[in-house]
Amino acid sequence: MATAGAAAATVLTPEQAKARALARVDYPANRLANIADLMVNEPMDISYPDADSPGVLLKLGQAVEGGVGPEGDVVAFSVLCPHKGWMMSYSAADKTLNCPGHHSRFDCETGGQQVWGHATSNLAQFTLRLDDSGDIYADGVDELIYGRLSNVL
Amino acid sequence: MAYKRQIDRLPIIPADAQEFNVTCHYCIVGCGYKAYTWPMNRQGGTEPNQNKFGVDLSEQQFTETEAWYAPSMYNVVRQNGKDVQLVVKPDVNCVVNSGLGSIRGARMAENRPSKVTGTQAQRLSDPMVWRNGVWQPTSWDDALDLVARVTAAVITQGSEDDLVVSMFDHGGSAGGYENTWATGKLYFESMKIKNARMHNRPAYNSEVHSSRDMGLDELNYAYEDYELTDTIFMVGANSMETQTNLYLNHMVKGLQNGARFIAVDPRRTITIASSEQFAGPENVLHLAIAEGTDMVLFNAILTHIVDNGWVDAEFIANSTFQGGEAVAQDEAHPAALGSLEHVMATCRTTLDEAAEICGVPAADIAKAAEWIAQPKEDGSRRKCVTAYEKGIIWGNDNYRTVGALVNIALATGNVGREGGGVCRLGGHQEGYYRPSDAHVGRPAEYVDQYLIRGLGGVHHIWACDHYKTTLNASEYKRVHKRRSDMVKDAIDMAAGGSRAQMVEAIVSAINAGGLFVVDVDIIHSQIGQNAHVILPACEANEMNLTSMNGERRLRLSEKYMDPFGNSRPDALIAAGVARNMERVLREMGHDAYADQFKGYDWTTEEDSFMDGYNKGNPEVTYDRLRAMGNNGVQEPVTGFENGALVGTKRLYTDGVFTRHGREDGKALFCAAGWRGWQAPGKAREQAAHRFWINNVRANIFWQNQFLDQKNDFVQDRYPHPFVEMHPDDMVDLGLNPGDLLEIVNDNGVTQGMAYPMPTLKRDTVAMVFGSPAGSQGNVVSPGVNELVLPDYKHTWGSIRKISDATPAARKVSFKSHEVVL
Repeated sequence: MATAGAAAATVLTPEQAKARALARVDYPANRLANIADLMVNEPMDISYPDADSPGVLLKLGQAVEGGVGPEGDVVAFSVLCPHKGWMMSYSAADKTLNCPGHHSRFDCETGGQQVWGHATSNLAQFTLRLDDSGDIYADGVDELIYGRLSNVL
Repeated sequence: MAYKRQIDRLPIIPADAQEFNVTCHYCIVGCGYKAYTWPMNRQGGTEPNQNKFGVDLSEQQFTETEAWYAPSMYNVVRQNGKDVQLVVKPDVNCVVNSGLGSIRGARMAENRPSKVTGTQAQRLSDPMVWRNGVWQPTSWDDALDLVARVTAAVITQGSEDDLVVSMFDHGGSAGGYENTWATGKLYFESMKIKNARMHNRPAYNSEVHSSRDMGLDELNYAYEDYELTDTIFMVGANSMETQTNLYLNHMVKGLQNGARFIAVDPRRTITIASSEQFAGPENVLHLAIAEGTDMVLFNAILTHIVDNGWVDAEFIANSTFQGGEAVAQDEAHPAALGSLEHVMATCRTTLDEAAEICGVPAADIAKAAEWIAQPKEDGSRRKCVTAYEKGIIWGNDNYRTVGALVNIALATGNVGREGGGVCRLGGHQEGYYRPSDAHVGRPAEYVDQYLIRGLGGVHHIWACDHYKTTLNASEYKRVHKRRSDMVKDAIDMAAGGSRAQMVEAIVSAINAGGLFVVDVDIIHSQIGQNAHVILPACEANEMNLTSMNGERRLRLSEKYMDPFGNSRPDALIAAGVARNMERVLREMGHDAYADQFKGYDWTTEEDSFMDGYNKGNPEVTYDRLRAMGNNGVQEPVTGFENGALVGTKRLYTDGVFTRHGREDGKALFCAAGWRGWQAPGKAREQAAHRFWINNVRANIFWQNQFLDQKNDFVQDRYPHPFVEMHPDDMVDLGLNPGDLLEIVNDNGVTQGMAYPMPTLKRDTVAMVFGSPAGSQGNVVSPGVNELVLPDYKHTWGSIRKISDATPAARKVSFKSHEVVL
């Protein structure tokens, strides 16, 4: 084990410590789509906060808590299963995201609540906002995304 | 909105973090985990040389990576008196789970007590005594002195039969060889307590008497047998939901290797649904029998196998009894045992008879027999592994039903061979090592009824909460509370007096019908509300703890943190009780009796391990187990060679059966004669009520619901005990999803939350078992079998709405549990 390197990482100069003093990550505001691009119950592939974190943007057709847009029905989630990181698929029939690896599933209408499964958290949801032109931006995440110990790498 | 932790970053495990072996202490499977601890003022970094994984953590890690952990796997805990950072994550090198974490075990870190993060603030930190109308924290000396003085007074004035003991018998969190030995030594060696019971049943007895009487230990295979078999035959069990990583890491591999899956269960379980996904629906056979009719099904399958000549004649000739009846039916044996030929006279059942009683097509029963035993086209025998659990263990006519199932495995030679085995799946891990319990007798005393009849004066309770996990719970709770309140009142009246006056007041109340209750637990449990002395225990990893899992895999789960507050390992609490008993008895002038309580001068849990398990298994020490890591060794341990313990992959590979103690080594078949509902009152109750009240488990909190009652992630998902119902039945009763309902019958009342489940049969509900917020046991009748095994599974009741959904329930997802791919 490279203990010398680890020790080096924990001994910072005052300047370095100051530079890293933020308690939470800074999220980018990324444009995902325009509201006009979305069809009801047709998932749109997106990624957030970066290209290595795949997600899905959904217009559910019915207002949900946390939904944005004129109908309050637009939501976005990570599609990496928080159990073991398998890529999940969307079931339009019951508006859930489903994991082919070990059969966990998450309800897109209740903020990504795990309906049944092995993950120890509900599904990471992306915080959305709309501007006047209908552009949809993501600018936050409410759970740790699978495969990264910092949501912004 | 669902509960979210709002954690966007976690501390990184530094490369030099301390590393510990952890076996998950919640369920029987015992998945391997690794715990890492490091100081608060240190953290690892993203560069490969800065973290434990040696990888670049500034990049996204991919599917199944070892180099990631969820927020639930992190906490801040006490270690050697200092706060340290902790990560507990699945071990990719453990053969049990190969890096898979369950929704339970992968929350072990979050479910540790922490004064820093506030998790599990419900954990008991100090001994408490009932004093001046409330529970007051006190010293161990004060609490143990009161326990010993009252206990000694009662058993010397009366007898040891006046001391009733409820104690765990298992491994895992509360048990392990350390703690079962210490409690066993106290109650079965220093004393000969007859009125004992276990955590989940009202007597001190086996749950699988018949398997043992037939010669078979109930855990006789290796988990890899599921990968090597041709057919998995699962009865009354739901492993995807409960033994999750046994299912995912072993059974699924079997299904992907081409194994077929037979499920016997009145309801369509998540295991059946997932097996259809993994194996293809054509390779899954669900026998959705009428509740309680398993024995008839097994007898018909056996008959079909025998009549078609699909038995393993060589195995039967060499390894099973040949001389007719070997054991007659009597008070201790609810069925006769003997040769296959002998028991067939009783078991013989046609496919049509079984179809009629079980409510499934005769062709499906025949198909099950084919999948289990019909030789392959090349003439080779078919391998079948049989797995069962509460559906029949807590079912109708336990002895004969389990026996009828074991008959099939014996007749087909599916024991002691690769891809075979006939095993219970289990709940907790095992960790039983105690002095002989022969004095308890068989049938054992029905201890709940003993207490209800007003007998017994002192009740020592070890990590049991009968408020949630006993049958006839409504009456039990009424009586237990009334009797213990008499003692509380006496204590309150005697306030201000000397210890001697207090003991005298308590004993007087006991003699008037009261009950003095000592509760040893990690939290202030519901039955603990009746306690007069509460003694705080600690869990695995706050102590070193050894247990074995469902394939007898023995591991040492290492201590990585301090016991919470002033709590102690159960083993050392038992030693403290014993030492105080010795002192008090000597003071009372009972020198010879006091001498029986010698031999508890232990300072660590390892002392108890060495005093007990090691004496019977001298090869096994902590150091050697530590070196065996998370893969441990499968019991029985047969030696120590080349620096490693030598174990036993599967039992009975020599075809010699020993569990019954017969010198001939021959297995016995069970004359499983069908007699309808065995337990008294069941048939009448069924006729009187519309709904069958099945009790079931949920993967989210199976085996750790006592902790999860204070876990936000879990409470968000199930704010009330779920009662799954067919949606059409809900319409009938005017119930919407999430509405609160109550279940009523002559035994009592319980409550829960209506949860639509379209796959259920009509007039059937599936209620979660053991919920702190709604005990299913309230409505279970006191009926048991001849050996005092409860039939929790068969209860009928009426249902009515009591409230619209609460705000918490309205946020819950009620969608189908079955994956849609």
